[in-house]
Amino acid sequence: MIEKLQSLKEEALAEVQAANDIKALNDVRVKYLGKKGPITEVLRGMGSLPPEERPAVGQAANEVRAQIAGAIEEKQRELNRRERERQLAEETIDVTLPGRIAARGAMHPLNKTIEEIETIFIGMGFTIAEGPEVETDYYNFEALNIPKNHPARDMQDSFYITDDILMRTHTSPVQARTMEKRKGQLPVKVICPGKVYRRDDDDATHSHMFTQIEGLVIDRGIRMSDLKGTLLQFVRGMFGEQTQIRLRPSFFPFTEPSAEVDVTCVICNGGGCRVCKHTGWLEILGSGMVHPRVLEMSGYDPNECTGFAFGMGVERVAMLKYGIEDIRHFYTNDLRFVRQFLHL
Amino acid sequence: MKVSCRWLKEYVDLGGMNGQELAEKLTLSGIEVDAVEKRNQGVDGVVVGKVLECVQHPNADRLRLCQVDVAGPETLQIVCGASNVAAGQKVPVALVGATLPGNVKIKKAKLRGVESNGMICSAKELGLNDRLLPKELQEGILVLPEDTPLGASIIDVLDLDDEVLELDLTPNRSDCLSMIGTAYEVAAITGTAVRLPEPEAELEETDEEAASLASVRIEDRELCRHYAARIVKNVKVGPSPQWMQNRLIAAGIRPINNIVDITNYVMLEYGQPMHAFDYDKLAGHSIIVRKARAGETIVTLDDVERKLDEEMLVIADAEKPVAVAGVMGGALTQVTDETKTVLLESANFSGISVRLTSKKLGLRSESSLRFEKEADPGAVIPALNRAAKLLSDYAGGTVAKGIIEDVAVEPERKQIRISVNRINAYLGTSLTGEQVAQIFERLQFAYTTGTDKNEFVVDVPTRRGDIARDVDLIEEVARLYGYDSIPTTLPAGETTAGHLNKNQKVRRAIRHWLLGRGIHEAMTYSLVDPRHLALFPGMYEGVHPIRLAMPMSEEHSVLRTSLVPGLIDVALYNRNRNEENIAIFEIGHVFLSQQEKLDTLPQEKMMLALLWSGAAHPAHWSGKEKPVDFYDVKGIAEALFHYLGITEVTYRPAQPQGFHPGRTAEIVLQTEDGPYVAGRVGQLHPELQQERDLGETYVLELELEPIYELATFHIDYEALPRFPAVTRDIAVVVPGPTPVGDMMKEIVRAGGDLLESVDVFDVYTGENVGAGNKSVAFSLVYRHKERTLTDEEVAERQDAIVAALERSFGAELRKA
Repeated sequence: MIEKLQSLKEEALAEVQAANDIKALNDVRVKYLGKKGPITEVLRGMGSLPPEERPAVGQAANEVRAQIAGAIEEKQRELNRRERERQLAEETIDVTLPGRIAARGAMHPLNKTIEEIETIFIGMGFTIAEGPEVETDYYNFEALNIPKNHPARDMQDSFYITDDILMRTHTSPVQARTMEKRKGQLPVKVICPGKVYRRDDDDATHSHMFTQIEGLVIDRGIRMSDLKGTLLQFVRGMFGEQTQIRLRPSFFPFTEPSAEVDVTCVICNGGGCRVCKHTGWLEILGSGMVHPRVLEMSGYDPNECTGFAFGMGVERVAMLKYGIEDIRHFYTNDLRFVRQFLHL
Repeated sequence: MKVSCRWLKEYVDLGGMNGQELAEKLTLSGIEVDAVEKRNQGVDGVVVGKVLECVQHPNADRLRLCQVDVAGPETLQIVCGASNVAAGQKVPVALVGATLPGNVKIKKAKLRGVESNGMICSAKELGLNDRLLPKELQEGILVLPEDTPLGASIIDVLDLDDEVLELDLTPNRSDCLSMIGTAYEVAAITGTAVRLPEPEAELEETDEEAASLASVRIEDRELCRHYAARIVKNVKVGPSPQWMQNRLIAAGIRPINNIVDITNYVMLEYGQPMHAFDYDKLAGHSIIVRKARAGETIVTLDDVERKLDEEMLVIADAEKPVAVAGVMGGALTQVTDETKTVLLESANFSGISVRLTSKKLGLRSESSLRFEKEADPGAVIPALNRAAKLLSDYAGGTVAKGIIEDVAVEPERKQIRISVNRINAYLGTSLTGEQVAQIFERLQFAYTTGTDKNEFVVDVPTRRGDIARDVDLIEEVARLYGYDSIPTTLPAGETTAGHLNKNQKVRRAIRHWLLGRGIHEAMTYSLVDPRHLALFPGMYEGVHPIRLAMPMSEEHSVLRTSLVPGLIDVALYNRNRNEENIAIFEIGHVFLSQQEKLDTLPQEKMMLALLWSGAAHPAHWSGKEKPVDFYDVKGIAEALFHYLGITEVTYRPAQPQGFHPGRTAEIVLQTEDGPYVAGRVGQLHPELQQERDLGETYVLELELEPIYELATFHIDYEALPRFPAVTRDIAVVVPGPTPVGDMMKEIVRAGGDLLESVDVFDVYTGENVGAGNKSVAFSLVYRHKERTLTDEEVAERQDAIVAALERSFGAELRKA
C-alpha cells in the first residue's frame, strides 16, 4: 500500500512538473487530489487493512497528498509569475517616444522684467502706482518743471493729440499725480511702470512706444545718499550681488541734482567688452533729488521734506539682461522670440 | 559744441591732460563728451610748397606738370590732376615717403611717362572736413594763403596737432556753448584759473563818436534786453588768418571772409552771437529792435525770402527789417567785398522769442541755438569789444569811439544763501565749510561767509543762468566733490509695507493663470491702423478712435479701441512664418472717447484679449490634432471666472461687428449695478478672417475693471459631505435651436437644494430624434447634507425637472 502511494506520488509530481499552464495543472489537481482521485481511493480503502497498519498508511497517504498539493501550489505560483511576466512583456511601450507636452505659455519678456523689478521694490517697501497713457500737457511737462517753450522739451519729441493732450513721453507724470493724490502725506514710496510714447522712427534701438519704470520716494530727511543706496540694492537684486553703480551728473528739469546711473557691465562684469563699448559701464537709469519746484507744485513743502526719483527703460534692462539685439522684437511677438521666455 | 583742445589751452591750462583724459573728467563732472577726434588723421611728411611753373602734361589732357619749390635742395617735378592748380600758389605737398590719412604712402611714380616726385594735396586728402571749404577748394587742391612760410610742416600750418572734444550738452549747460564757458568748467575741475582776453584794455578807438554815426533803439523792451553796437570803418574784406580759419574749421564752422569769420570766432569764444551789418546799406543808419509788421518779408543770408509775422522780433533800419533778431541776418545789408564800414551787433534777446521765431521760420542757426537757451547777458559788451579789436587787427578796421547801446533790462544780480548743514543734509555727506568754500572758489563764484564758514551767500555769475536756487548750488558742490564720493545709505524714515493692490493682484493672477493654460503673452502697439480698427472696432459703441495730430505713419495713427486688431497682426505675422497653432493673449489699455475732438482725457480701460487659431491640442504621434473651436475659448473664460471666484456669469448669443453672427456670445456679469456686458467670446467673422488672410480664429475680449471688483480672494470653505450622492442621467428631446444654457438654468431651478450639480454629457441630432430636434443628455447629482437620500425623494425631483423642461421647452423625455 505504501509502495503504491510512493509510486502515485512520483507519478503525480512528474505530471505537476510537466504541466505548462493553469488548465493542465488543474487537471493534475483533479486527477490526484479530487474526490475520485487515487489518494482518496487509498484512504477510502483503509477499512480493509489490518488495524495496526492503518495509522502508517493513513499518515503516508496524508503526507503524499500534502506533498502533491505543495508541488501544485508551487507550480501554480510559478505559472502565475510566468503569466504576469508575459503580460508585462506584452504591455511594454517605447518610453523614448515623446510625451504629450503640458501646455505652458511664456510671459512677455517686458512683463517678466517688470514683475521682477516690482518684486524687488515691493520687498523694499514700495507700492505700485499707475497713471494714464494719454496725458495733459500739465502733468507730462508743466508739473515736472518743464514749462511751455522750455528747451528741455526738445529732449523728447511728443505725439500730440490736441494742443493740450498728448501721449505721455515718460512715466514721470505719475509722480505728480501720486503726490497730488497723497495730499502731502509722508512717506511716499512708489514705483510706476507703464508705456510711454515718443516720435522716433522704429529701428533696432528706437521704438515709438516703449516701457518705463519710474520710482519716487518722499519723506523727511531723504538724502542723495539714500538714492545711491536704494539704487545699489535694486541693481544687485536685478543683476547680481557683484554689481556696482556709478552716478554721473546730468540734467532733468524735475530733479536737482540729477544723475545718470551706470551699472557695471552685465556681460563683462566691468572688464570691458563690445556691449559696454569697452568702458565697463552701462547706462541704465536717470535719477536725482526731486526738484523743489516739483514738490511745491504737487503740494509738498520742500522745506519740510525732500525726495528722490529715478526712471529706467524696461526694454533696455531686458535687452541687457537677456542679450536681445533688436527692440522691435518686443512688439512683433514672433513666437520663436516669445517662447524663449518660458523659463523661470 | 566742438571744442579744440589747442584753442581751449589759450584760456586754461589742461594740467597735462590729453583729450581723452579731459573728456573723462568732464563727463564725470557733468559735461558729457560724446567723442574725441584727432584733427591729424594720419598726415606725416607734408610741407608747404610753391608752384613755380605749371604746364600741360605732354601725354595727358587732364594732368598738369608742376615744378614745385619746397625749400628743399632741389625743385620737385610733380604731376597734378587738379584743375585749380596754378603757378604762384602756395600748396600742401606730400613729399616722397610721406603718409596721408588712410595710411596712404607717397612714392616716386611715373605718370603717363613723366616722373612725379610727390603729390599736391586736396583738403580731403589731408583728412579735413572739406564741406566747410569753398566749393573750388573742395574740387581741387588746397590753396594756402600767400604768406604761408615755404617748407613749413602742414601740421603746423593747419594746426592739425589738435584734438577736438564733441560735447553733448544738456539744455541747462548752454554756458558751455562757448570756449570760455568750457574753460571755466575745466578750471573748476583742475583747480586752475582762466585767462580771458582783455579787449577793453587793448582796443584803440578813433576820435569820431560812434553815437554820431548811428543810433540804436529797442522798441520791444521785453524780447530784447540789451542791444549794443560799434562802428568800425575802413575795413578791408578778405580771407581771415589761417589760424582763425583752422579754429573755425575745428569747431565745424565754414570760414567765409575776415569780417564774418571774426563774428563767428567771437561767438564761439564768448557764446555771444554777433552780427556785422554793412553800415552804408542801413537806411538812416539807425537800428530799431521791434516786432515785424504785418506783411513784412526779409531775404535772409541763405537767400530765402521769409514771411514775417507780428510775433517775430526783427532788427530794422529806418525802413525795413534787416535781420531776424537772434536767428539770421538779411541778405541786403550783409557784408560784401565792397563793404567799407560795418555796424557790429552784440545783443541779448529773449530765448523763448528766438525759439518760437526760429521754429516758425524753420530756420535754425548757431545764433538761435545759443539764444534760445538764454545767452549770458554779461557777455554782450566784452564780445562786442573783442570783435572790434579783431576787426582792427585782422581787417584793418578803425574803431569809432564808444558803444551805441540801449539797455532795456539790467541783468539781475543773483545771490543765493546756502549753509553747509543744508548741503550735507541734502546729499548725505559730511563736508566741511572749508571744502565747500574751495568748490565755490574753483567755480569762480564769489561768496561771502562768516568766520565759521557755515552760511554762504553766493554771487552767481551771469554766465551760469542755470543756477537759480539753493539746490542748484548743491548740485554744483555735489558734482565737483564727485558723485562717487557721496556715501551709500538707505532711507531712515518709518518703514512701509510694500504690496500690490487688489487690481494689480487680480491682473497678475489672470496673467499667470493664462500662462499656465499654455497661452503666450503678447504686447502690441497702442497706436494702430484705423483701417484694421474699422474691421474690428471693439466692444464700445459710440466711441471715436482718437487720432494723433501728426502721426508718423497711417499704420500708427489712432489709439486702439480694442486689443484684437493688434493680436490679429501678431497671428498673421506668425502664420507667415509657418506657425499654424497660435494661442496668445494681451493685457493692456484701450482708449475711449465719445468726443470728435478731444478736450478731456479719454477713458483708459484695461482689457484682456485672447486669440486662438489652429489646434486646441496639437498633433502628436499618438493621434491627430484637435482644431480649436468655440467651446475651447469659452471654456477658458468659464474656468478663469471660476478661478477668480466669479460665479454669476451669463453667455448670451450676440452678433457684434467683427464676429461670426452664429458663433458669438456676449459675457454678462452680475455687478453691484446690475447686469454688465463685460466681454465677448466667439469666432472672428469669416469675412474678416478672409480679409486678413486668417484661418478659423476665436477671440475672447474682457474688460478687467468689473472683474477686479467681483474677483475674490476669499475661499468659502465647506466641510466634506458625510452622506453619499445619487447620480441620475436624463435625456430629453427638444427643438434644435433651444439654448441648452437656458435648460440648465431651468434644471437648477427645478432641482432645488437637493440638486448638487448638473452637467451636459451628450448632445445628439439624428434620425432617432426627429428632424429639427436634438437630444440633450444631462447628468444630475443629488445630495442631502444631513442624511442619505431615498430613491423616492430623488425620483420626485427628477420628475419635477422633466416636467419643468416639458413646460418651458416642450421637451420630451427620451426613453432608454
